[in-house]
Amino acid sequence: MARDLAPLVDTLAEIVGPRHVRTALPERVTYAKDGLPTHRRVPGVVVLPGSRDEVIAVVRLLGALGMPFVPRGAGTGLSGGALADGDAVLIVLTRLNRILKIDARNRLAVVEPGVVNVRLSVAAAPHGLQYTPDPSSQTACTIGGNVAENAGGPHCLKYGVTATHVLALEVALADGRVVELGSPGGEPWGPDLVGLFVGSEGNFGVATRITVRLLPVARAVRTLLADFTSLRTAGEAVSAVIASGIVPAALEMMDQSCIQAVEDSVYAAGYPRDAAAVLLAELDGAHEAAVAADAETIQAVLRAHGARSVLVAADAQQREKLWLGRKKAFGAMGRLSRDLVVQDAVVPRSTLPDVLETIARIAAEYGLTVSNVFHAGDGNLHPNISFDGRTPGLRERVEAASAEIMATCIAAGGTITGEHGIGLDKLRYMPLLFDGDSLAAMRAVRHVWDPEERVNPGKVVPVHACREWSGLRMGRAPNPGAQSAIRNPQSAIDRKATAR
Amino acid sequence: MSLLDRVRALLGDEAVEVAATPDGVPRVAPASPDAVALLLGTAREEGWRVRIEGAGTWLPADAPADLALTTRRLDKIPAIEPQDLSATAEAGIGCDLLRQQLADRGTWLALDPPGLAGRTLGSIIATATAGPLRQGFGPVRDHLLGVTFVTGDGRLVHSGGRVVKNVAGYDLTRLEAGAFGAFGVIVLIHLRLRALPRADQTLALEGSREDLTQVAEDIAAAGIQPAAHELMSPALARRERWLLAVRFAGSAALVAAEEAGLRAATGGRFAPLRADEGHSLWMRAAESFATRPVAFRVGGLPDSSDELLDLLQHQVGDEWISASPAIGAIRWGGEATIDRLKRLRRTLAGLEVPLTLERAPWPVRSAVGHFGAYREGVGPLVAGLRRTFDPGEAFVVAAEGAE
Ligand SMILES: Cc1cc2nc3c(=O)[nH]c(=O)nc-3n(C[C@H](O)[C@H](O)[C@H](O)COP(=O)(O)OP(=O)(O)OC[C@H]3O[C@@H](n4cnc5c(N)ncnc54)[C@H](O)[C@@H]3O)c2cc1C
Repeated sequence: MARDLAPLVDTLAEIVGPRHVRTALPERVTYAKDGLPTHRRVPGVVVLPGSRDEVIAVVRLLGALGMPFVPRGAGTGLSGGALADGDAVLIVLTRLNRILKIDARNRLAVVEPGVVNVRLSVAAAPHGLQYTPDPSSQTACTIGGNVAENAGGPHCLKYGVTATHVLALEVALADGRVVELGSPGGEPWGPDLVGLFVGSEGNFGVATRITVRLLPVARAVRTLLADFTSLRTAGEAVSAVIASGIVPAALEMMDQSCIQAVEDSVYAAGYPRDAAAVLLAELDGAHEAAVAADAETIQAVLRAHGARSVLVAADAQQREKLWLGRKKAFGAMGRLSRDLVVQDAVVPRSTLPDVLETIARIAAEYGLTVSNVFHAGDGNLHPNISFDGRTPGLRERVEAASAEIMATCIAAGGTITGEHGIGLDKLRYMPLLFDGDSLAAMRAVRHVWDPEERVNPGKVVPVHACREWSGLRMGRAPNPGAQSAIRNPQSAIDRKATAR
Repeated sequence: MSLLDRVRALLGDEAVEVAATPDGVPRVAPASPDAVALLLGTAREEGWRVRIEGAGTWLPADAPADLALTTRRLDKIPAIEPQDLSATAEAGIGCDLLRQQLADRGTWLALDPPGLAGRTLGSIIATATAGPLRQGFGPVRDHLLGVTFVTGDGRLVHSGGRVVKNVAGYDLTRLEAGAFGAFGVIVLIHLRLRALPRADQTLALEGSREDLTQVAEDIAAAGIQPAAHELMSPALARRERWLLAVRFAGSAALVAAEEAGLRAATGGRFAPLRADEGHSLWMRAAESFATRPVAFRVGGLPDSSDELLDLLQHQVGDEWISASPAIGAIRWGGEATIDRLKRLRRTLAGLEVPLTLERAPWPVRSAVGHFGAYREGVGPLVAGLRRTFDPGEAFVVAAEGAE
């Protein structure tokens, strides 16, 4: 911790209690990474507020001091989004973990941002309802983090990603002002600021309260496992399913190296080890007969498009086993090697066969192990690179291969992230996707929420690539009062209060 | 040089050879996104005030301006991708034409906005006017993969893309949807499509509002998931009494199962409509809103739907109503004074229910505003966004009303 942060720490401790301010290096180091191993930043101070009011007080304090800060949920992000530098305060929101309301009649819930995703579905289950977005990290990640990243999950193919399910938000802006966005029914007050906030990766403020839609738990479900002897055929089958007119709840693909990893783990799901790829398809709905009929159709489509066999889960137990393998695939692959880079990109679904082949070629060229486990129905790829970061030169090769994979996806008409966000990791690819005006527009929008770029600085928009934009100051605003204010935080707050 | 000469020099003769506006404001029809950018860049330099028009069938072309920019020559459909269930269309394409072309390729845009069939795609997105299909397929923003828009100072901004999942950068697409053009002229749209439903069945039940409200609740409680589930006032439905219309769309198996479920939940009271009857019911209801001077939407909660209908009936009448009770969305059409609309908005705001003015003559629009009664902190954000996207205040948009 920088020496001159000491007075700030005292004031933070007054707000949240001394136990919830972490200053010792070993403690701060535990927050130096998120789920991605390739970025590391040690925050200056870590603070864990216990309530909405404490969050607001902390943000106000930092606003008065002109200090940068970073909101953080569970830290499972995969783009280096929740990392803070030594001059910034990391605000960890995991203690805000209350479900404030479940309104079964209106099918909505109000939660604090630190509520772990799966807990909401568990709490809603007695009402026959669920919170549908189901990232594979759902047993750990927070709904605040999901909102910030606009997280997806296998069942978002049919039901939509996080943005579809967020109705209203309370947000603490950079200076501690509180805004209420959206309404419980989902209709915005004016322009759709909820839609703008979702996916803003913590750049627009801290979400302190979140209202989400709940959906009925499907009464009928069919889970199918189709296996293929070539990756290309599996990719073609995905397009065929999409074109069939039936929207499966989920359509996931795993390639051979992923299958091996899962089958070697405690989550062995019974995927055929000799398959080049498997597709896990789920159909669900309110009516047994309709779901059964749709499942028949999809089975026929899969067979007609090259599936060697199609297994239908016989019961809930088998279904869960098939899914557990998929949901724990990242963990299983993590055991293959010391480091794992989980990539994320999206391509038009019809290009999947070609793109998968190109990725395999890139992997071979760089001598790397790339395994694929992904949301095939959305064209949302996760090519994962297993490696040992201690091997000299290997990190660079991983970086270079990742860059080529991104370029391939863009060339196919796709994008560089479907759910993990830009964070730090993908900043350099943004100019490949957006021109200077479009990037400048994003930055200008950010300034409306956070004029000094103090919330989660340095993420999402690569500042150097932005064109001039009227009224937009380029570079971070110097804050002459900041140093003295840090030495005497209370006086800075008093001054601001008087000024208002 | 006159304004039109200037535009002619800039964009060529064709851009100004469009029907004159009723109020004599010169009308310009750029034929490409770049031409829109060129025009707005010049408008910024010259200080011209610009109103944005589509086909002119929804919002009246009556805002005071130096120039009317119509998107009607931006009418190309650069791509329809049935394999990917996506399409790219320019903002000025008429929805009837788009729908036809999509259907020819086996695809469907699950939006049934109010207004005439030829309404432009851009106008539907800018006003976020979804119709009864919002029940099953969500609001307008859920159908968008990306947009390109031109700011008030002539910059072309791209957001999103043409793939179905995308979190690269802030979601300016959602911001443009429903902003009534305050943040730019939408010129190009990437759409999320669905396969044309194999089966599409509408069933209807006439009755008193009270009775039908109860039936609507029974349907929701039975877990039936219609594509549309709409309570329509007698005038709107052209029936003697209120009408509850339910539409199922999807695979044949799904529609059959849903119909059976509906029969079971409601004691077989619903009468199935023939395909042409169903089609004309929905189409005529949509078109009716274009014949009333004022239309607005309110977004409440399912359990407040009935109370909101009472409130509307009391304050502005309930002659032209289309409500999705299961999701708390209501569209109202008719005639209402500025004062009544303002009062209604205030009352609704007290119930945490926003009122969005969708359509009205300029004097009403400018006084009431499309938006208003913001929650805490929203006003400064909206003002900041307007300054960002329209620094010279070129766009004549009644985003907020006059106090
Ligand atoms: C094994 C594994 C599987 C995964 N599978 C998926 C998947 O299927 N789909 C998917 O989308 N993602 C997946 N992820 C990524 C990750 O879980 C998601 O991005 C998740 O949404 C992050 O939540 P979090 O609470 O961990 O947020 P963090 O990582 O702590 O933060 C992520 C971002 O959100 C911001 N933030 C956090 N809370 C707030 C708040 N309250 N207000 C404002 N900003 C905030 C942070 O500043 C940061 O920018 C996976 C990750 C792992 C490790």
